[in-house]
Amino acid sequence: MWPNKFDYQRAESVDQALELIGDEGKFLAGGHSLLPVMKLRLSAPEQLVDIGRIDSLRGISADGGLTIGATATHAEIAASGDVQSMCGALADACGGVGDQAVRNFGTIGGNIAHADPASDPPTVLVAAGASVNIQGSDGSRSVGAEEFFVDLFETALEDGELITSVSVPDLSGQKTAYAKFPHPASRYAIVGVAVALSMDGDTCTGASVAVGGATVKAVKCAGAEAALAGSSLDDAALNAAADMAKADIADWLAGDVAYPESYRQQMAGVYLKRAVKAAAG
Amino acid sequence: MQISVTVNGVVQERDVDPRTLLVHFLREELDLTGTKIGCDTSQCGACTVHLDGKALKSCTLLAAQADGANVTTIEGLAVDGEHHPMQTAFWENHGLQCGYCTPGMIMATTAFVKDNPGASEEAIRHNLEGNICRCTGYHNIVKAVKQVADAAAGGD
Ligand SMILES: Cc1cc2nc3c(=O)[nH]c(=O)nc-3n(C[C@H](O)[C@H](O)[C@H](O)COP(=O)(O)OP(=O)(O)OC[C@H]3O[C@@H](n4cnc5c(N)ncnc54)[C@H](O)[C@@H]3O)c2cc1C
Ligand code: FES
Ligand code: FES
Repeated sequence: MWPNKFDYQRAESVDQALELIGDEGKFLAGGHSLLPVMKLRLSAPEQLVDIGRIDSLRGISADGGLTIGATATHAEIAASGDVQSMCGALADACGGVGDQAVRNFGTIGGNIAHADPASDPPTVLVAAGASVNIQGSDGSRSVGAEEFFVDLFETALEDGELITSVSVPDLSGQKTAYAKFPHPASRYAIVGVAVALSMDGDTCTGASVAVGGATVKAVKCAGAEAALAGSSLDDAALNAAADMAKADIADWLAGDVAYPESYRQQMAGVYLKRAVKAAAG
Repeated sequence: MQISVTVNGVVQERDVDPRTLLVHFLREELDLTGTKIGCDTSQCGACTVHLDGKALKSCTLLAAQADGANVTTIEGLAVDGEHHPMQTAFWENHGLQCGYCTPGMIMATTAFVKDNPGASEEAIRHNLEGNICRCTGYHNIVKAVKQVADAAAGGD
């Protein structure tokens, strides 16, 4: 299948990318979300500005926290020792994206800009309290992950703005995990739950929880967090947290014929418990 | 637009429409029809090639994105008429029936074994997630890959 006609330009720097991008243009990173929708003619940008060769958008650095370049691939993030130690859930989530070929070329910047509700990284970024670093022609800004994801395929990005990197706090003192129910064919998340737990011995002193896949966007679950905090993560606390998570996401549910909203909501509770057990265990 | 891609060791310079997918470039411009198109929706892996040594679904990349890169297709695996060990292993283990998925299977698994010599059967099965075969039931494909992975680790 051939996409509609478009102009293609390759940017050598962030400044050049911001200069080149026009009103009807889109940035092209790995192309692993954009090209499939262009081939189906669900999207028909008149211009593509390829950011895949801009050096300053690449790589992962660790200095009190992680700075992950926008064009770092899922495979690079999954294999990074720094990501594994500072936010293991993110390495796991990226390692579970699609299949190896997709992970080799899909990037974190493209993933979060596309904001597919069935994506994995957004859920972890919301639970981890990450922020998205954005550059526009008028300057740069940083947006918390929770505010970045607005709705179905909708983010806080303005037209012509470029994600330059994602900042993830050092969570090596916490226990993090991502539990995913992958679609049996596509491997996208039917439900994905990310948790970050602060522990004092057997007691959970604080929890951060986010649910994706079941929802139109990654949703932070304050009710579930409160149910876990102060508990010893016993069955009663886990059941209470699962019920709270189902309530937390009630306004944001997504579904389809095969996996309707009510089923995904139920599964969010199940995967929340699995994520907590994986983190604590 | 003008692009230059090194394919199976040969520099190929062509003037292409920007919307040309890499798979069309390989099959239609260069006549390298070993690379197949199965689903054309990034799911099946029939179109898998190597781009700078990494497995890639070539229906999901513009030829323009491969400008300046090194691409290897199934036609480029044999050296001096000698099959790559993975090709031999698919032959010996009957790892194919109709053969449509085979070029993609072989490209995906050669990249995998290069990075994971000695890989376990479980890891091999996991890595086949992106490659669909409607005929074999996968068992003989896994056997073939295991044979090469074991040999790469120094066993036999
Ligand atoms: C078969 C298959 C299975 C998949 N399975 C999963 C899965 O299980 N889980 C999952 O999370 N994802 C999955 N994906 C999606 C994958 O993660 C994509 O690669 C990723 O979502 C997009 O990254 P990209 O670099 O390819 O972006 P592109 O396709 O290049 O771009 C996507 C969108 O983001 C914009 N964009 C790109 N980079 C930037 C930037 N730096 N600043 C601003 N805008 C930008 C583009 O303009 C475009 O609108 C799958 C994809 C495929 C093909
Ligand atoms: S044809 Fe490319 S993945 Fe199926
Ligand atoms: S051998 Fe027929 S699809 Fe695999």
